[in-house]
Amino acid sequence: MQRTLATPLAFGLAGLLAAGCHSTNGEEPLPVATVPGTTVPANFPSPVYAASTNQPDAATFALGRTLFYDPRLSRDASVSCGSCHQQAGAFAQIDHRLSHGVDDRLGTRNSPALQNLRWKSEFFWDGGPKNLETLPLAPLTNPLEMDETLPNLLAKLNGDPTYRQRFAAIYGPGPITSYQFLRALAQFTAALTSANSRYDKYVRGEAGGALTGPELRGKALLAQKCASCHATDLFTDETYRNNGLDASFQADSGRAHITGRAADLGRFKVPSLRNIARTAPYMHDGRFATLPEVLAHYDHGVLASATLDPALRPAAGPLGIRLTTAEQADLIAFLHTLTDEEFLHDPRLAEQ
Amino acid sequence: MKRFSIPAFASSLALAALFLSGCSKEDEAVPATTGTVALEFDQMVGTAPLVLSTQTYTTTGGDQFRVSTFRQYISNIKLTRADGSQYTQPDSYHLLDAAVPESLEITLTDVPTGDYTGISFTIGVDSARNVSGAQKGALDPSNGMFWTWNSGYIYTKLEGYSPQAPKPAGVAEGGLTFHVGGFKTPSNAIRTVSPAFPSGTKLLVRADHSPEIHLKADILKMFAGTTPVRFSSLSFIMSAGPNAVLVANNYAQGMFTVDHIHAN
Ligand code: HEC
Ligand code: HEC
Repeated sequence: MQRTLATPLAFGLAGLLAAGCHSTNGEEPLPVATVPGTTVPANFPSPVYAASTNQPDAATFALGRTLFYDPRLSRDASVSCGSCHQQAGAFAQIDHRLSHGVDDRLGTRNSPALQNLRWKSEFFWDGGPKNLETLPLAPLTNPLEMDETLPNLLAKLNGDPTYRQRFAAIYGPGPITSYQFLRALAQFTAALTSANSRYDKYVRGEAGGALTGPELRGKALLAQKCASCHATDLFTDETYRNNGLDASFQADSGRAHITGRAADLGRFKVPSLRNIARTAPYMHDGRFATLPEVLAHYDHGVLASATLDPALRPAAGPLGIRLTTAEQADLIAFLHTLTDEEFLHDPRLAEQ
Repeated sequence: MKRFSIPAFASSLALAALFLSGCSKEDEAVPATTGTVALEFDQMVGTAPLVLSTQTYTTTGGDQFRVSTFRQYISNIKLTRADGSQYTQPDSYHLLDAAVPESLEITLTDVPTGDYTGISFTIGVDSARNVSGAQKGALDPSNGMFWTWNSGYIYTKLEGYSPQAPKPAGVAEGGLTFHVGGFKTPSNAIRTVSPAFPSGTKLLVRADHSPEIHLKADILKMFAGTTPVRFSSLSFIMSAGPNAVLVANNYAQGMFTVDHIHAN
């Protein structure tokens, strides 16, 4: 995969290219720089969904944002993507153990944070959806979420003169297609980049990047005890692991739901720890309300099962990761440095 | 992703065409002319033409069934010459839908003139497109052939009814749901077939001839073959896995046959 626009030169070129692609648009597109998340943060790896895949421009990004916050995408106009993915919670659903869809139907899993999606090649707790552009088809058609069909949704969009005009300005005349809808929505979801926490500023040596003693101790502890799974500055290695929440998996088989393999029973995608202080409740089913509960789980709550990750089976002693009270306090102090206020309050990402 | 249309260039800019053929994967010299080939698919159940919903058919194993929906992806169509060289249709994705008669005729344009002796195509969609982003045309997810919760296309979708399928008490027929897809080992259900031309027959593509290949697609082959399907024990497939692979293995053996070729 290509590294995206890192230099101002590439920016300029991309802007030109983007402008070239939009000759049907009567007005000049706004500069790329007004779209958040178009640069690769210095402490991040190369993205999977590079900016060049769906060249960001201000009009398409803004259209994607309108779609994301539009409840008319759901069957009864009651639920938008933004209902389950709230900016103040790093686009997780705040205070909901399980997601909450149309007709007050409860989903089966906790709505995860939406952040740094450009860096993912598989999505959801089980890795079922494999492309950022086609992923929205899952919540849109899930009866427990938005319960809508794609043909119905396109009919609604096509029946709306404002949408017709906005899509035509970007993609040219003609009816709005699923392709245009999915590409526009992906410009918004791809823009959700969180890379400006105090921790990021610390690692990049930027102003405002000071960490306290306890935070630095927590950072070292995380590197030592957690980074085999919560790896890199994305704080996930994107693998599927069983971290010992359950001993049997009737309620949710996790990764095995997708692969059908017994070896994947109870394995779930390792979630990022970014903005973790704001994304409660925790785990795929939202079972823990607080970070101390999560650490208590790793310290003394890990349950044995055939697929329990080897990292949680020490050669000697009980299962899990021993953490003293002081260590837990340091870890929690560090986890708070991963909160990215700029991201959580970026007005460009908010409902307009 | 778009391949260069070499012939189009050839007529105008020989030099450019030379250059392009040099960097494309096409295996032949620049052809002087091109022609058109039509593929016509007759969807059959044994020897009877498929009629949706009203007609009852019988599997080789003796189960009765009706078909309400039948859709199938055909992709990556290739025509082969006697010397083994091939023409590959660019961007070759087609959805055959029993409810849409026009969809059962596929036209290949810009086929280099020549004598072709074979055809091959994929039943399904190559693995790359299963996980690509938003798609248009035949691959548009609005066609109802895309699994959203576990990315991937449904290659063959048969829905219908059978008295032998499990059913609630007091009901005459149970439902049939055969959604066959999957691209990851060991659940890969992508199958490529090369139905033979009738012996002694060639496909002669000329600038002034538009030959037609008539193919038959026999639904009974889904339920016969290596592992015969009895609806009492298998009537519902809605994900990739061993059952989808089983049906794909069945239909890869002779579902498609070339009935005849019109030289036109
Ligand atoms: C009813 C609540 C609900 C709605 C509405 C909803 N989502 Fe989600 N979203 C979820 C849940 C729950 C998951 C996790 C699903 C799973 O793991 O099975 C999720 C997962 C995701 C993910 C994957 C994140 C990751 O890191 O893997 C993305 C992206 C996403 N949703 C985008 C959207 C978009 C775009 C929309 C609107 C079209 C939307 N969601 C509507 C609840 C919702
Ligand atoms: C063996 C791999 C592994 C190790 C080691 C590990 N985790 Fe996790 N972690 C996971 C997985 C997998 C999940 C999600 C589990 C689920 O929901 O089923 C998770 C979830 C979490 C969550 C909840 C995230 C959310 O969004 O719901 C937090 C917080 C967390 N881990 C912190 C830590 C800390 C702190 C450590 C070190 C003390 C640690 N983890 C060690 C694999 C691991």
